[in-house]
Amino acid sequence: MPEATRGAGTGTAGITAAADYFQSYSVVGLLAVVGVLFVAVAFGAGRLLRPVVPTPEKLLTYECGVDPVGEGWAHTQVRYYVYAFLYVIFAVDSIFLFPWATVFAAPGYGATTLVEMFIFLGFLAVGLLYAYKKGVLTWT
Amino acid sequence: MNDVLDVALRLLIVFVVFLTFPLIVGQTEHKVMAHMQGRLGPMYAGGFHGWAQLVADGVKFAQKEDVVPAGADRRIFQLAPAVALLPYLLVLLAIPIGPGEGAVGEVIDAGIFFVLAVMGVGVLGSLMAGWASANKFSLLGGLRTAAQLLAYELPMLLTAASVAMAAGTVSLPGILDAFEWWWLPWQIVGALVFFVAGLAELQRPPFDMPVADSEIIFGAYTEYTGLRFALFLLAEYAGIIVLCGLTTVLFLGGWHGPWGADGLGWVWTLLKTAVLAFLVIWLRVTYPRLREDQLQKLSWTLLVPLSLAQIALTGIVKVVIQ
Repeated sequence: MPEATRGAGTGTAGITAAADYFQSYSVVGLLAVVGVLFVAVAFGAGRLLRPVVPTPEKLLTYECGVDPVGEGWAHTQVRYYVYAFLYVIFAVDSIFLFPWATVFAAPGYGATTLVEMFIFLGFLAVGLLYAYKKGVLTWT
Repeated sequence: MNDVLDVALRLLIVFVVFLTFPLIVGQTEHKVMAHMQGRLGPMYAGGFHGWAQLVADGVKFAQKEDVVPAGADRRIFQLAPAVALLPYLLVLLAIPIGPGEGAVGEVIDAGIFFVLAVMGVGVLGSLMAGWASANKFSLLGGLRTAAQLLAYELPMLLTAASVAMAAGTVSLPGILDAFEWWWLPWQIVGALVFFVAGLAELQRPPFDMPVADSEIIFGAYTEYTGLRFALFLLAEYAGIIVLCGLTTVLFLGGWHGPWGADGLGWVWTLLKTAVLAFLVIWLRVTYPRLREDQLQKLSWTLLVPLSLAQIALTGIVKVVIQ
């Protein structure tokens, strides 16, 4: 780990922690730049290497070899919007599990947080059961 | 100056791993599938057992004409492969392969969180491709991808949370530091759920309904050719590496092994990852594709309840042993 950044933040522990935090994400950012460069170079090189001979037939939308019927952005019935809601609710709930998971067994918490956990799981289970009873989780 | 070199070296290693390991998995898949199906697989390119097949494929892809359908949403269509691929590169940075700070691309405190969040972005690439192609098959594929993400992201999050509870931290190296051998039986249900859900998110067989070639051609990737199609393929294999690496780190103890964890920890990580990758290929050869409703049912009525049970078990055991 680069010491320079840590040295710069010697004021208080808080500043050091913040510096470390941004340090690790700045490396992530650098890697993202590397990735974007890779894709850009690949696309650029591809442009130089490949032939470009477009014909109207080639640019047609593919539909098993016959001329496409209607638009590609066709009306479709999105059958799963109800459980898309279900997913959003569950996912938002489970995000809060992570900060809780790091402290729930800390000294002085044990039994209380365990009861809380069962209440939480109970809510989720009841929600799932309700959705099941309502027939959201069956498909035809 | 050393710091700059250090970071540059780490980025380089991660990048090289990102470019080579997926090819190794791809070549292994050719060969393993061939042997399991009683045939030879690629034997010509490169001479020895067709080792250069994927290099040849790469050359072919680079020379192919890049066709963007006239009806497509051009910019989004062209951008989609990059969005599908790059998240896996970023995730590789956070996966530790050995003990200590030296053996991980970068220690990220909120490791699990970062990894799961960034992996979710990869699916966005398929959605963009599916919508922007303006093709009926692609649209169906994209919608199926979305449905699959909704169903399988949840068990993945929950089982990862179970490991975070067991370790009391969300940092990936921190989890490995806390690891004990008896976590294996303790978290086995979580491990299975995580791995299956990960397979489904990668749209690997038997969960390849979104790309089902025999009914919707190739789903979201139907209109892609040449280099852009190659990037989607690379994303799939990079995804296998990332999923197997994460399962190893979260559930199988990463660099821990019966012996030699100090010097040879990275060998254990690579070995476990390789065995899991083999399993991914094996599953592809073994199982038929699940139907769309079976896919959803498996997740909501089996995997989600199982992962909730795993969280309850983790919580009880953890509080009892405190």
